[in-house]
Amino acid sequence: MTADVPTHLDGNAAAGKLREIFAVDLTAAIARCAGCGQTGVFAETRLYVDAPGMVARCASCDQVLLRVVTTPDDTYLDLRGLTYLKVPNA
Amino acid sequence: MERTALRRRLTWQVGTVTEIRQETATARTIVVDLPDWPGHLAGQHLDVRLTAPDGYRASRSYSIASAWSGQGIELTVEQVPDGEVSPYLVEVLKAGDPLEVRGPVGGWFVWKPEQPGPVQLIGGGSGIVPLMAMLRAHAAEGSTTPVRLLYSVRRPASVIYVDGLKELAASDDVDLTFVYTREAPPGEPRVGRIDADLLQEKAFAPDDELTTYVCGPTPFVEAVADLLVAGGHDPSRIRTERFGPTGGPR
Ligand SMILES: Cc1cc2nc3c(=O)[nH]c(=O)nc-3n(C[C@H](O)[C@H](O)[C@H](O)COP(=O)(O)OP(=O)(O)OC[C@H]3O[C@@H](n4cnc5c(N)ncnc54)[C@H](O)[C@@H]3O)c2cc1C
Ligand SMILES: [Zn+2]
Repeated sequence: MTADVPTHLDGNAAAGKLREIFAVDLTAAIARCAGCGQTGVFAETRLYVDAPGMVARCASCDQVLLRVVTTPDDTYLDLRGLTYLKVPNA
Repeated sequence: MERTALRRRLTWQVGTVTEIRQETATARTIVVDLPDWPGHLAGQHLDVRLTAPDGYRASRSYSIASAWSGQGIELTVEQVPDGEVSPYLVEVLKAGDPLEVRGPVGGWFVWKPEQPGPVQLIGGGSGIVPLMAMLRAHAAEGSTTPVRLLYSVRRPASVIYVDGLKELAASDDVDLTFVYTREAPPGEPRVGRIDADLLQEKAFAPDDELTTYVCGPTPFVEAVADLLVAGGHDPSRIRTERFGPTGGPR
């Protein structure tokens, strides 16, 4: 997307990109922010798609939780802002 | 084995456009036949990918407008002026053309018929699309869960699914309110955005079992979510889906 002003979508919008990589839906997973400790549904993080790649930020402290960058050959996943993701087994 | 088959990486599939319906001057519904579609939940979306002759690719997300009925899916796209993808979908694509998609995706902004509690839907502009899928699923299931829809549009001519909505609203369980932001039809005095008074009057009051779904352009979603929280709604019972960076209610 070619946004003129830096603004965001929500984590929902990362569903397709993440399902390219993960076999389960991560947008409904509970995510814990490594910065402030807040837990919440990944779909409610702030998603920026105008950055190179896709960046999800914590809705309470703005720390980068997840970054996905795709090059012609590979996809880079940076998950260092997350302590964990809790995904239901069913 | 079954588990492996279900949980596979999502890949692109090519469907065929079978029908196109003009909804308003700037929005249309695209019916796509997808032989490998696994079905979907109301509120899920998919990604559409366009490839130019030189190999340049652009993809965008679109909500699924239809409830799953065993075959085909419907998308409704509102043309964004100067957009890369939506003008192609609204003006160029025609029945018989292939369309590349992947999905369904998104497991949070969904309504399941077995979910307890009333449902408040609040949509702005093309944000009506996933909410329409929820209303259609509600009707298809014969659900008696009370549903209220607040639909913010610029003017009567911008209403997407006008006939379908009125038909669904004939049900005792569905209550529909149009909010006109620029120009109202004759007999409808109120022109303006959704505000605290309107929510008080037309939306469900906060309730332990209520789920509220808000969808539309980013500023619309933010304004409505803020009003709901200020009105005492539990933020964890409000699910939002932002469609794009600009626009405001239309
Ligand atoms: C989960 C999800 C579901 C969506 N479902 C639908 C749907 O059912 N129907 C639908 O019509 N759209 C939907 N959208 C929006 C859609 O993905 C595109 O953003 C939209 O079609 C514009 O794409 P474009 O390539 O034409 O414009 P772009 O080339 O991406 O953008 C052109 C200009 O328009 C602005 N812009 C981009 N998107 C919007 C927008 N939505 N509203 C106002 N201005 C915008 C940009 O900032 C830019 O200035 C959805 C978005 C998400 C994240
Ligand atoms: Zn945080």
